[in-house]
Amino acid sequence: MSELKLMKGNEALAEALIRVGADAYFGYPITPQSEVIEYLMTERPELRTGMVVLQAESEIAAINMVYGAASTGKKVLTSSSSPGISLKLEGISYLAGAELPAVIVNVVRGGPGLGTIQPSQADYFQSVKGGGHGDYKLYVLAPASVQEMADFVEDAFDIAFKYRAPVLILSDGVIGQMMEKVYLKEQVPRLTNEELIEKYGSWAVTGKTKGRERNIITSLDLQSEKMEARVRHLMKKYEQMEQEDMRYEKIQCDDAEYLIVAYGSSARISQKTVELARKKGIKVGLLRPITLFPYPKKPLMDLTPQLKGILSVELNAGQMIEDVQLSVEFKVPVAHFGRTGGVIHTPEEILEALQQKINNTWN
Amino acid sequence: MELIDIIRPENQVFCKTKLMTDIPLSYCPGCGHGTAHNIVMEVIDEMGIVEDTIGVAPVGCSVLAYDFMNIDITQAAHGRAPAVATAISRIWPEKYVFTYQGDGDLAAIGTGETIHACNRGENIVIVFVNNGIYGMTGGQMAPTTLPNMPSSTSPYGRDTTTMGFPLKMTELVANLPGVYFVSRQSVHTHKHARKAKKAIEKAFENTRLKKGLSFVEIVSNCNSGWKMTPIESNIWMEENMFPYFPLGDIKVDGILK
Repeated sequence: MSELKLMKGNEALAEALIRVGADAYFGYPITPQSEVIEYLMTERPELRTGMVVLQAESEIAAINMVYGAASTGKKVLTSSSSPGISLKLEGISYLAGAELPAVIVNVVRGGPGLGTIQPSQADYFQSVKGGGHGDYKLYVLAPASVQEMADFVEDAFDIAFKYRAPVLILSDGVIGQMMEKVYLKEQVPRLTNEELIEKYGSWAVTGKTKGRERNIITSLDLQSEKMEARVRHLMKKYEQMEQEDMRYEKIQCDDAEYLIVAYGSSARISQKTVELARKKGIKVGLLRPITLFPYPKKPLMDLTPQLKGILSVELNAGQMIEDVQLSVEFKVPVAHFGRTGGVIHTPEEILEALQQKINNTWN
Repeated sequence: MELIDIIRPENQVFCKTKLMTDIPLSYCPGCGHGTAHNIVMEVIDEMGIVEDTIGVAPVGCSVLAYDFMNIDITQAAHGRAPAVATAISRIWPEKYVFTYQGDGDLAAIGTGETIHACNRGENIVIVFVNNGIYGMTGGQMAPTTLPNMPSSTSPYGRDTTTMGFPLKMTELVANLPGVYFVSRQSVHTHKHARKAKKAIEKAFENTRLKKGLSFVEIVSNCNSGWKMTPIESNIWMEENMFPYFPLGDIKVDGILK
């Protein structure tokens, strides 16, 4: 049955994972996302639904376990935080190349290197610009609440299986660690093996049954023309994602003269800034990309005639700003504001930065 | 009697392995991989388990194993096959899951995945083809390259003072409690190939009985990488590889021999 609970973002994601009827979780502990595997190990989903949970020996092993499970058409997820995601990138590239459905969660912390365990959005480039090797993209969902940490698990699997492609949930230490109320949906039963073979038997490796050719999962094509065709096929999927599955949220944009663009925890903080600015009579709106790829290029472009300036607010040194600039084709001045290294900006700091821009440059 | 009278089904004593495809093998003439493939496919066919078998191919010469083995296969990233097989076996416990890996894949880049899958006692079969060299990339030094043996990255021979010693991965994993069966075989003569097949049979039988991990090393040649004729390479293997990697069972029914 559905329930209303007070939970951490990481726990809500873990509980939602059981409830969507996932088949497996493979992971390796790292702060600030270890609650995911801790929660699952405590909950014993193998008794609730038969879901497999395994602590791997490394991030690399974990993502390759995901590759194995996904090869067989199973619903599988792994989670980690920034340095761990760097290790998983090889496997993520293979998942994209072999066209496997899987969900990866990054509860981002500050970097580079070992960095810090505090929240950050410094993995934007890594998430949306490739990260791993080769011509591929990830569908990237950015939750901004504990509720979305839970809800996006289902959304991510829907997209992963719709396109046979890996999907990234790009969270951060704020959303992963904070507690909020969350509505948890009813338990969805896991697919039986028979149901799975019925749905995914055309490609999944489940054992070669009589009457069908063998199924092969690979990302290898030694002939470059064939490899090019494979890449073109991937690009078609990404185009389709842009047409059908781009998501964003607009807050108080109708009369806005200035716009804040922010995602995830930064969007939550910026929402307060919009409130404070409106009280001062500054007409500010917020555009929150929910998918970072596909990026809400058109909604941003459509707002340009009414805008005098855009502030890209990110918990990093300035990464998403490039996509904002490209989206508006430099028709409106775009500036970046953000603390980094694990420091979280306040709504007041953002407002101050906005006011400075308005007073000094944008008018 | 004319030759045409002899070529009849009732006179057939040998046929192509049923689970091998008709795609020409990409291996060099004289290489042991073809026989090793045949043996694994024969065992799966004879046990009647093809519908329940999932293979995991590596990176290396046998990266294209899925072209030749007519079974469901997933091809793993370099060295990661044991992790891939772990997940498949955990999530499909009734299936026969095996990896087929070379020495670079299993004993260098995939050392961690190999040791931990073995240590967890995953209910899988690992077939480890050890020819002491990187074949696919063109004859570079492998973790199992013998002391003083030349390769393209040890052109003056493997100097153990700077390049370390050949890694006896098979003995290493035999010492882990999760590993149930460990054997080292070769396939360069009919006699040896028959023994190797017995070991592979036992390994798959262990999976059926859910006994844990079975590990079969096949010491093989790489005539191209070793820069020898096939016959020379087999003689060199007997004289040099076998003393360092002695053939035989190392662990049977969970007990070290």
